[in-house]
Amino acid sequence: MDIFETIVAKAAGLTAGSPLTAVLNLRSEILELTENSHEASLRPNQPGGLKRSERAGLACRIAKRNNDPVLAKHYESMFGVGSQAIADTGFDGGDDARLKAIIRHTDLVTLNPKEATASDITELLSAGLDDADIVRLSELIAFISYQVRVIAGLRLMAEVA
Amino acid sequence: MSEPIKYFTTTVPFWQPRVTPVELENATEEQLEAMKVTVSNTKIGEYTLVLALDPETLKQRTPLFNGIMYSRGGLSRAETELGAVAASVVNRCIYCAAVHANRYNELTKDETVMDSIFASSENTGEDSGIDPRQMALLDFATKLSKCPSEATKADVERLMENGLGVGEVLDLVLSASLFGWANRLMHVLGDPLPQD
Repeated sequence: MDIFETIVAKAAGLTAGSPLTAVLNLRSEILELTENSHEASLRPNQPGGLKRSERAGLACRIAKRNNDPVLAKHYESMFGVGSQAIADTGFDGGDDARLKAIIRHTDLVTLNPKEATASDITELLSAGLDDADIVRLSELIAFISYQVRVIAGLRLMAEVA
Repeated sequence: MSEPIKYFTTTVPFWQPRVTPVELENATEEQLEAMKVTVSNTKIGEYTLVLALDPETLKQRTPLFNGIMYSRGGLSRAETELGAVAASVVNRCIYCAAVHANRYNELTKDETVMDSIFASSENTGEDSGIDPRQMALLDFATKLSKCPSEATKADVERLMENGLGVGEVLDLVLSASLFGWANRLMHVLGDPLPQD
């Protein structure tokens, strides 16, 4: 795998010849597993009750909540039916109770995970998500929260290097 | 039922899931593979059984977690744990903070750093008595863990002024970021309860 073809390296603006090349090569396995995790979260073989188009929309929304327009743009390239609305941070799900619960939970856990309580899980169950969908949604939010910080860190490192 | 623990501690709690975990005897091949269940390894924790509900992500996450926390070279094991604890304090993940504070204490045989972090967790870093290198690590990881990140170029420069090499900075970024992930699973999907 070419480390400069990974989403985190591209979003951080790193290209071949970057002064960070040597240290990134030492952690190439981690970059590869990060890329695999992106596929598992965004384009799983078995998406269950969380469609790929919904995942792309939520991922874009999370990137926007983290003030990362470059990563948000990457997720826009994966949009399908309905993604655009979900990615709009002014949209709360409207009349769709299931979507509303998903968006509310995504914003909460992205911005302020410490405030999440047992009742937030109960709300998702009440809105029709099953246990597996709740884990799928949690992994998606949690993965993008990781990815966006790796990118932020790499950008700062590139500025200093 | 006991009440969830609300304050930071180095005593590792019991983790009580808020969703129903996979039952090992009913697990699919894919779930077993993702959990790395082998004949000699049939004691699987509740957390892994919960994450096995989404085996595709678990399968990638486990080696990624181990790669970041336990790879050789780069940042020391203890300083990698500092990144994990800083994130866990920001996200108030009592369980993760306990596990990784405990590891830090075991590795360093020094409990004063974690005592100080937990005591000042509402007010990170002031008058902590923590040495400047560790303070630089903690401050950077704390800022990176905010949403959005508040880490700046000056924070990275401070790490390097305190003797971190570029590879060590990368490892700290990875460790703090990883706990932006882990905390959002552990703290959201379950409650930390006192051990019996």
